[in-house]
Amino acid sequence: MLDSELSISVAGIGKRYRIGAAQERSDTLRDLIVTQASHLRQAFQPGQRNARASRDHIWALKDISFEVKKGQALGIIGRNGAGKSTLLKILSRVTDPTEGYGQLRGRVGSLLEVGTGFHPELTGRENIYLNGAILGMHKKEIEARFDEIVAFSEVEQFIDTPVKRYSSGMYLRLAFAVAAHLEPEILVVDEVLAVGDADFQRKCLGKMGDVAQQGRTVLFVSHNMSAIQRLTQESIVLEKGKVLLRAPSDEAVDFYLNRGLSKVGERYWEPDEVPASAAPFRPLAIRLLDKNGQVSDSLRSVDPITIEIEYELSEDITGLRVGYYLNTSRGESVFTSFDTDAHELYEEYRSRPKGVYVSRCTIPGYTLNEGRFSLGINASSYRIRRYFQDDQALSFSVDASGAPGTQWPEPRPGAVRPALGWVIEERI
Amino acid sequence: MDTPETLSGSQTVILKPARGWLGIDLRELWNYRELIYFLTWRDIKVRYKQAALGITWVILQPLITALVSTFVFSRSLNVNSGSLPYPLFVLSAYLPWHLFANSLTKSSASLVGNANLITKVYFPRIIIPLASVLSSVLDFAISLVILLAAMAVYQVPFTWGMLWILPFAVMAMLVALSAGLWFSALNVQYRDVQQLLPFISQTWLYITPVLYPINVGDSPLFRTIYSLNPMVGVVQGFRWALFGGTPPDANLWASFGAVFLLLITGIYFFRRMEKTFADVV
Repeated sequence: MLDSELSISVAGIGKRYRIGAAQERSDTLRDLIVTQASHLRQAFQPGQRNARASRDHIWALKDISFEVKKGQALGIIGRNGAGKSTLLKILSRVTDPTEGYGQLRGRVGSLLEVGTGFHPELTGRENIYLNGAILGMHKKEIEARFDEIVAFSEVEQFIDTPVKRYSSGMYLRLAFAVAAHLEPEILVVDEVLAVGDADFQRKCLGKMGDVAQQGRTVLFVSHNMSAIQRLTQESIVLEKGKVLLRAPSDEAVDFYLNRGLSKVGERYWEPDEVPASAAPFRPLAIRLLDKNGQVSDSLRSVDPITIEIEYELSEDITGLRVGYYLNTSRGESVFTSFDTDAHELYEEYRSRPKGVYVSRCTIPGYTLNEGRFSLGINASSYRIRRYFQDDQALSFSVDASGAPGTQWPEPRPGAVRPALGWVIEERI
Repeated sequence: MDTPETLSGSQTVILKPARGWLGIDLRELWNYRELIYFLTWRDIKVRYKQAALGITWVILQPLITALVSTFVFSRSLNVNSGSLPYPLFVLSAYLPWHLFANSLTKSSASLVGNANLITKVYFPRIIIPLASVLSSVLDFAISLVILLAAMAVYQVPFTWGMLWILPFAVMAMLVALSAGLWFSALNVQYRDVQQLLPFISQTWLYITPVLYPINVGDSPLFRTIYSLNPMVGVVQGFRWALFGGTPPDANLWASFGAVFLLLITGIYFFRRMEKTFADVV
């Protein structure tokens, strides 16, 4: 039995998947027959069998053990594929662990997504009831909180309109409003705060904070390090399906960011991905580097960010400029920059001889605000020709920890977060 | 805010690898009754919202079927429906058949259709095929009105005995649920099931005396084997309840036995496959 102080206790939890389980399942009976036949063949060649079994399976989680006290908010940090989502799925009983044992005390509410089960044909009102029931609320509870939910969602006027007519913002607000009024003893939340506009995000964060204040146990997964720091006291860092560290959240966030665990930040173009029309220009790679020169897709607002574009010219090109568009994840332009923007470089590279090049640009520290950004790449000769363009070449996230103003736990609107020189004078 | 009663009580939830064969947890299912209600309600609501003619379809379907089959089987092929007018003969069997076939089609596709729920939220998975079977009840109730109207036209006397159709309707739904449990679980793994289902449904119709009468001259052994198709029991039961004639005999037990077996194996098979739904669907 659980110690009465504990809310969650898991020991040695592991989850094994067939590699590419989603794609390689026996989708049709023909596949089934083929795989069964090959199993049969293996049965006669026992030596190969084990080798194959271990090659076909992957442990998404291995030997996960931790405990969470009642009323504690625990963050779970890790890069994509570290096993965060799998862990949440096991804790919310969507899927069973392959091994290990766990106990959860009390009613578990899981928010692996907002708006689970929303039906576009149904009205806002109908979807509140449906979604509430799916999330585990009773009809009476939903009725009791109905007005509160509607007020929180700010879609009163459209409550009897089918949600397919909603804007995406309204849809998300309504969905989150239902979720936010779920009152389980244990709340498992996956990255649902990364929705809506800044105002609404603030409201959601506030609501999440309340939940934690009310003595409920919260497990919170996010790529937003500031949100992790705001909402949780302690965090665990996952890497390759294992718990790497459990520490107070500030420490865990530092550890995670410095370890460069989020090593995506790079994109290569294979020759067949580049349209023939791009020749003689051929993009090779674009990558993001942190202040230590490590490739990363989670960068810090306070540190310089370096962008490298690597490309090959099979002929000399006149007037070439290679550069990028920086956009927020909502598609608003932040700025655009080309490698020959500066006059000296423009003069020097009036004609660029054939060869392999790297164009490198550093965005100084204290420039970008927290959030997700995307990089588009463009190679062109002004008024002559656009050789290559990819509007979504790379995306990355910026973490604001340590940036000006982070002493106040509120999201700051805007794409940039410069450190500006304020002076405060007293008028006499 | 106090919660009247919690879904899992305030008891402890155990996470562990599921092994072996599991039965069905009726208590848990009872705790989730409101979800069953809401999913059924959603299925019904959405169906009528999307169709331009809405509820009219439910009325047109049995009417058209009755007209077409009267023309084909009674006029052209001279199928003998005994003393009963052929349109009534067909309608009385088509109604439970349609309830069954509709429920079967919907429940078989239900898990795949609700993949987004399965991968995001926990609840007893059996609720999904169950709700799709239940959502066919409204269609059935409406088409029942058509049947009653047709009976009034042909001046068939109404009796209390007609209420016997209700247990037989429940039986039709149980047959659909049992088969639906098998097919929906298989469909998660092998999408062929969806392709196969129309043929299964069609064949099942042919081996059920919907469009033709049972040949009373057949040997008793054949009749018993024939009744292993539980829909035979359902259709015969309907005709008997509405129009009288030979009451259900011992062969009905063969139908009962078949449903029972199908349901139990369906539940166990479903529960066994259930563990991998979220990973595979």
